Amino acid sequence: MGFLHTWLPYILAGIAVGGQYALIAIGYTMVYGILRLINFAHGDVFMWSGLIMVYMITVLPLWLSVILVILFAIVLGTTIEKVAYRPLRSAPRMSIMISAIGVSYLLQNFALYITGGLTKTYPAINWLQKTVTIGSATTKMVTLITPILTIVLVVMLVMLIKHTKIGMAMRAVSRDFETSSLMGIDINRVITVTFVIGCALAAIGSILYFSNYTGINPMSGAMPGLKAFVAAVFGGIGSVPGAVVGAFVIGICENLIKGAGWTTFSDAFTFVLLIIILMVKPTGLFGEKNIDKV
Amino acid sequence: METRLNKKTRAALSVIAIALFVILVFLGDKYISAGSTWKMLITVIEKGSIFALVAASMNLLNGFTGLFSLGQAGFMLIGAYSYAIFTIPGKSHDAVYQYFDGGLIKWSIVEILEGKMGIFGHYLGMFIPMLFAGLFVALIAFLIGIPVLRLKSDYLAIATLGFAEIIRAFFQWNTLGPVTNGSNVLRKYTTYNNAIFPVIVAGISIAIILLLINSTYGRAFKAIRDDEIAAEAMGINLFKHKELSFVISSFFAGISGALLAMFQTTINATPFNTVMTYEILLIVVIGGIGSITGSVIGAFLFTAASEWWLRGLDAGKWLGIQSSLMRPGFRKVVFAVLIMLIVLFYAQGIMGTKEFSWDGFIGWWKKLPAAIKGWPQKRKAAAAAKKEARAVKAAAKARAKEAKQDSEMKKASGAALFTPLPMTDHVVVFDKEGK
Repeated sequence: MGFLHTWLPYILAGIAVGGQYALIAIGYTMVYGILRLINFAHGDVFMWSGLIMVYMITVLPLWLSVILVILFAIVLGTTIEKVAYRPLRSAPRMSIMISAIGVSYLLQNFALYITGGLTKTYPAINWLQKTVTIGSATTKMVTLITPILTIVLVVMLVMLIKHTKIGMAMRAVSRDFETSSLMGIDINRVITVTFVIGCALAAIGSILYFSNYTGINPMSGAMPGLKAFVAAVFGGIGSVPGAVVGAFVIGICENLIKGAGWTTFSDAFTFVLLIIILMVKPTGLFGEKNIDKV
Repeated sequence: METRLNKKTRAALSVIAIALFVILVFLGDKYISAGSTWKMLITVIEKGSIFALVAASMNLLNGFTGLFSLGQAGFMLIGAYSYAIFTIPGKSHDAVYQYFDGGLIKWSIVEILEGKMGIFGHYLGMFIPMLFAGLFVALIAFLIGIPVLRLKSDYLAIATLGFAEIIRAFFQWNTLGPVTNGSNVLRKYTTYNNAIFPVIVAGISIAIILLLINSTYGRAFKAIRDDEIAAEAMGINLFKHKELSFVISSFFAGISGALLAMFQTTINATPFNTVMTYEILLIVVIGGIGSITGSVIGAFLFTAASEWWLRGLDAGKWLGIQSSLMRPGFRKVVFAVLIMLIVLFYAQGIMGTKEFSWDGFIGWWKKLPAAIKGWPQKRKAAAAAKKEARAVKAAAKARAKEAKQDSEMKKASGAALFTPLPMTDHVVVFDKEGK
């Protein structure tokens, strides 16, 4: 019991952060599954959803802002896909990746310009900020809501992928791009839907994430983005449940490391994990065997 | 090309051009007063040559060996710190390492050698830590390379990016404070006093990279880039050559890190983040992936644009245009948009995969007047071609629409059931791993 008593706050925080990473990681894993592209701009879409919320809440009621933020993220994500990735679809993979890096650079610099480089305070959503006590730990409501919401959304997403027509198309496209286009699947539509889902989840993730951290600046999307990508790799890229499990593992481990007093290395840990997983089991926990990665 | 210059003439031209450039930079830095606009040019040359070196080193990896590595900023960081730590004069240690009891190392190589050999020792004392910085980075890269270079394309990219972040965390770690000063800045270390120093060091390093690329090793690197399996079949040891390219590239990234430390006069681990790596990558892309000349030109353009030409965008007035949109940060937005345009519409960059040669330069110079004269015609031709392409596309779209309507009509009338299957006049070969 003594162990749990000391570590419970960290574990709870870890689960919360893990859920938030999971919501971002889904966007990475689905896009990678279909386009074989690390969407470096995804973390910045996440950051931008946070920024838009900051500006939106000053003039609009909460419920409307939340909806508009999600819509904004969807529009931003699909626009990026249309402008920066679609023209390069037949180009070498390196060019698309460079384009993704370019978009990320643009989004960060634009955020820098809009905010003037200052850290903005994320609006406090009273309901999410309420304190609750579980055992030895006192925490915010958001810590409890996040994992539940994440799991509900992921179950819905998995149902969508397994049981609907568009889900079947997604699975087909991620299995074999060319063949599925020959079978009459509208590839561009599938990719757009993928970006819509990924960005909407990232926007929901941003609301939960920034409610927990309060401060937001142009660089605050980069690190969660990279971590979510590592989570996706850890779980097996292309697999949605894998990404979620990976995100929870990373979130919890990171907070345990912080609890042990190694805060400097909590970010570095993620990459150590990435390198270990790529060495030991390159397909990840739930990855398919036949993907040529390493 | 009708006339080709012989080897001697080419060498002579190169020597003259380089000597002229070095002398101009030296005199420029010495005699231009600090306030003038032309001083900016010297600063751009200083910083540009440092970034030219790191861009060339990244190009060696990305463009010539086909290894998409994003660890350059991390290696620069190690280089910058390894240089700075050993050149802080003993008497400044208490001030610099104020939170760590004056640090662990109480001496500097510069002072020791200067005491023994005078001014020559001073420069030797700068040169040795710089070389050490390169070698130390090379050692770290060697160790990182063993696991990482087994990965391919984007996994390699993300793993090297990860290592760069780990390195950054390590240098900010408080426990290492007596050496690295933790998360505080390092300052008061020895720096150069004329802009020719970085120009010469970067120039020599880039020359070495060029020699390497034109050697048998360079050809092996290119073979790996073009086709790994074929390269292996030709007897090239993949891992050995990848490791070699990675280590050499990192060595030069380390040197450029040391130069950057000297240029900035203070260093801190925070700015050596992913954005810095992205900027170096974008320089390589602007110049052309696979062209060292391109990287050098790209580095100078990038630095000039961000430090000099676009400055006005931040200050509110640029080329006589005044706008309330122009406030701090606007420069970077414009810059990022420009880069995106280059990435999307001009993917081969300025030089593509071509390198500078005197023959090519003279040919280009001769053709320039004609090209300028012919430009309006060329543009007209391009516009016409575009119009034609658009018309063809529109016609195809109309046909497709018609066909769709037709088939829908047939379907509605049940005729589709009896339509014979179309004859296939081509064979589709499936490429299973087509990605």
